[in-house]
This record gives sequence, structure tokens and C-alpha cells, in this order.
Amino acid sequence: MTLVSLQRAIARAVMQPLTSSERMRRSAPDGSSMSAYTARFIKPNDRLTSLERLEIYNRQYWFRLLSSMVEDFPGLRAVVGSKRFDAMCTAYLSEYPSRSFTLRNLGTGLEGWLRKHPHWLRGSRLLALDMLRLEWADVEAFDGQAKAAFRAEDLEGIAGPELTLGIQPYVRLLKLHYPVDDLLLAVKTREDEGISFASNAVLDRRKHFEVQAVARQKPARVFLAVHRLDFSVYFRRISHEEYVLLSSLRNGKSVQRSIESAFHKSAVPPADRALSVQHSFQTWATLGWFCQPDEKLRAIKNK
Amino acid sequence: MPANRFNGLTDYGIGIGLRAPHYEHILSRKPVVDWFEIISENFMIDGGRPLHVLDQILEQYKVVQHGVSMYFGSAEKPNREHLRRLKELVKRTNTPWLSDHLCWGSVDGRYTHDLLPMPYTFEAARLTAQKVREVRDFLEIPIAVENVSSYAEYHVSEMTEWEFLNEVVEQADCGILLDVNNIYVSAQNHGFNPFTYVNRISAARVTQIHIAGHSKFKKYILDTHDHPVLDPVWKLYERAIQRTGHTATLLEWDDSIPSFEEVHREALKANRFLADTALAVAV
Repeated sequence: MTLVSLQRAIARAVMQPLTSSERMRRSAPDGSSMSAYTARFIKPNDRLTSLERLEIYNRQYWFRLLSSMVEDFPGLRAVVGSKRFDAMCTAYLSEYPSRSFTLRNLGTGLEGWLRKHPHWLRGSRLLALDMLRLEWADVEAFDGQAKAAFRAEDLEGIAGPELTLGIQPYVRLLKLHYPVDDLLLAVKTREDEGISFASNAVLDRRKHFEVQAVARQKPARVFLAVHRLDFSVYFRRISHEEYVLLSSLRNGKSVQRSIESAFHKSAVPPADRALSVQHSFQTWATLGWFCQPDEKLRAIKNK
Repeated sequence: MPANRFNGLTDYGIGIGLRAPHYEHILSRKPVVDWFEIISENFMIDGGRPLHVLDQILEQYKVVQHGVSMYFGSAEKPNREHLRRLKELVKRTNTPWLSDHLCWGSVDGRYTHDLLPMPYTFEAARLTAQKVREVRDFLEIPIAVENVSSYAEYHVSEMTEWEFLNEVVEQADCGILLDVNNIYVSAQNHGFNPFTYVNRISAARVTQIHIAGHSKFKKYILDTHDHPVLDPVWKLYERAIQRTGHTATLLEWDDSIPSFEEVHREALKANRFLADTALAVAV
């Protein structure tokens, strides 16, 4: 047996989902009994059968991956419920095993997968997808690239109709159907409080709190910039016009064209727009969101 | 071993693993620590707090990189994106050597994120050594491979674990990160004498030693890194140091992490053995 064929056989068994009692399945990936399958590759010893020895790795695999998903998506877990969350992640990771060397990227394909399998989200599809997008933006904002920022004074004197500005890669822009930023902060605060008192009573109270908080969610259009300041991630609510303006700048459009897009059919009175834009630009420059634009993107988009 | 080509001609003493719960303490109190070991993957990112902290640590301390996902023993080629990011980090830290595990964990581009044991075959040794060489040539720094703790053994194995380790490092001409806790855990799980392992490895290639705690279950021992080092592991460490001489030593404590002082105090216990070695050499 070659090295690669042995590794494929072992990986298939290790990555096979556990039973509901968190044990190794009794049927192997090839349909044979797992005892016979494992005995072909793994030596038993005086205390453990071949299956029991490989089961250690099978359990470690799922415990590690599921705990990583729980860590990255506590809000989504609160929305769909912890049992359903575990089952959903198991299904997701079975279909899309990790293809990255780092667990940080485990949730990369989850949104796309959930859009193909919406039954996992039952009646809370939009709320759950909003929460997932927010939590993934949180991950990206935490360790995303930061280019050299333009300061407010750098912008003085270079304004012109074709001026383009880049937006820092770590700034993520979201259009949401629910105010999931408030919900996520509440879930995280509650989680932090529970860490020191991890009794069943505390866990029950947390679960009750999450159920109540999710049930209270009412639809509301929210525009959000998930960003980083002094190495901490923040959720900043922005207006629809600001969202369009920032998105347009990110896509390589000029400042002038971005402002035009932002106020197209806007309810903001024309007389107030200049001051509003000036205020927004000052704030974003202070936060360090502006940087050199992506030259290739700008060339393509302004054609 | 004292300064040699496998450790970048360094003479590092006792280090501890750099872990997030200790960041604030280290940056504010600036404790005297000979060196820190970082998990490379935690810093192979584009920006943010982890790199900011690392840069501050690098201003004051020596740092050595230790990886968990190179999977020298996986039959597939190294992941190019992984190598590119790793090289960027190597340039940043100026690590004198780089270590990762003698194990496999990915196949056909799918990652288990675990340190799976190798089949101890000549084919596996040849392929693993070839991969170690490729990685070293790309990164242009000395590589040390670490023995893992294991809970399973394969029928196809053609040699013992220590013979396999020697075979790989000879063919790859690389160093060894000798984890004496892993040797103890595997010895208990597989029923071999851990001192035989320590006595048979190529001592001249030992770049670094890991010490750690483990957890005992009814039928096996698990490498959990959540306890102080236990006496049988210290005895193995003592024997290893007798064979290798003064060697960079690192305490791993990755779960239920206590205060910085407690971790550091535990690591410094290694001094009694290192001091004896220094005395023996002087005599």
C-alpha cells in the first residue's frame, strides 16, 4: 500500500461524522464494518481495538473543528440554536472539508453553502445570513491587511473630479436586513460573563437569554462598516448614502461619481449634501479608512 | 546541542510558548525570558493585533517559529500559499531555525488540522525527507522536525518510530525537535521503553527540546499541554540533555493556561538539568 493510498483511507475514516453519542460510526466509508476497515490499517494493542485507536483521532477531528466554528460564529449559533448549529456545521464540513492550512478559514464557504441548503435556517434565513455575514466580516476586519492610510491633510489640495481613493482592505461594508450588530454584541457580552461561571445554571440562563434576544429581532435595514481601530474591531452604523459612497470608492469609481451614486434618489435635501459628504470624509479620514486605490481596479472601472 | 548548523549557530536557553493570555503581561512587565516560541500559523495573516504584538515582542526578545500544519509527511506537495506566507513571517522574525511536526494531516488538499502519525516505512521516510528539503530550500533556514505523540500504529510499518525519525533526518540532513513528553505519551500508548527512544536518536541533530504536561485516561494517555511537566518526563529530559548537551528547551502550555509567572516558573525547572550539563562540560 502506498503512502498516499493509506493516507486517503485513514482521512476518510477520521473525517467521517460522529454518531449522536459522539462515537465513531460502526459503518466505514466503503460500506464495510468500521471494525474490519480499521483493522486493515491499524494495529490493536492490549487495551484498545483498532477502531478505538482511530476513534481518538475521529473524535479529536470533530471536536476541534466544531469548537473552532463555535468560536467564530457565536451569533449564528444563537440564531439557529446550538444543537442545530452543530448538525449544520457537521453537514457543511462533511461536504466542504477544510482546504486551508489554518482554521481561521474554516467558515470561508459557509455562506455559499447555506444559500444552497437554506433548510438549515428554517424561518430565520435572512436573520441567520445577516449574522453570518457580520461574523465573517468580524474575522476579516480583525486580521485584514492595512495599507498606509491617507491622513486628512494628505487629501487637501488633491481634490478633483477624477480623484479616486482606496478603502482599507480591513474595512468590510454590509447591507443588512436586521440589526444583528446589537444582537451579536449582546451575545458576546453574555458569553464573556459566562466564562468565569460555566455552571449549568449559567449556561441555561445564557441559552434562555439568546432565545429571547433572537425572538425579539425585528427587521430593519441597517448599513454597517465593520472596521478596526487600535487593533480592536468595531461595528459602525452608516447611512445608506455613506454605504453606497464607500462601496463605489472601493469599486474604483472616482470621488465625484461615487458621490453622484450615493445621492441618486436620496432623501437628503440637496442643500445639506455637501456638508454631509464633508463630514463623512473627515470622519473616515480620521479613522484611517482611506488609502491608495487599487490602480488596476480604477483603470477598469472608470473606462 | 550547543551552537551548530541545525540551530543556526545559536545557544538559546529556556523559552516558553508565546500565548495570547500572556501578551499584556509580557508587553507591560517585560519579564526576562531567554526566548519565545510562536505558532507560525497564528501570525501568517495580513495585519491586525497579532502582528502588532509580534512586532513589539521582536523588539525585545528572540523568537523561534514552530508550525503545526506543514505536514512534512503528507504525500502531497507543500501548499504554495502556505510557503509564501511562511517565508514572509520568517523574514519578519529572523528565526534562527524553524520547526514543524513529523506527521501528516492533509491529503488531496483536504486538511484534518491534526497531527496524524506516520507509517514507519522506507517510502514514507524518503518522501518526507524530500519534502523537508524542499521546504528548507524555499525558506533558506535550518529545519527541525518534531516527533509527535500518537495513539495508533500501522500494520505497514517497517521500523520503530526512532528508526524512522533517524532515517528522515539523515536523508533530509535536518535537525530534530525532540519532544520528550510526546515520547513518554507514545511509549505508554504503544508499550515501548521511552529511554530506548532517547538513547537511539541522533543526538547531534537535536536542535531543540519540548517539555509539556499530559493527561491520563483509563486506556491511554493524551498529549494535552494543560498540566505541569510530570516526573517521568523530567527524567527523560534529564537523559536527553545528558546525550545532547546544552540544548534550547521550551515548555508548551496550550490549554487551561495559568499566569505567565506560573508557566515561566515551570519552564525554569529545566535549569537544574541544564546547569548539571554545564558543570559536567566544565569538569
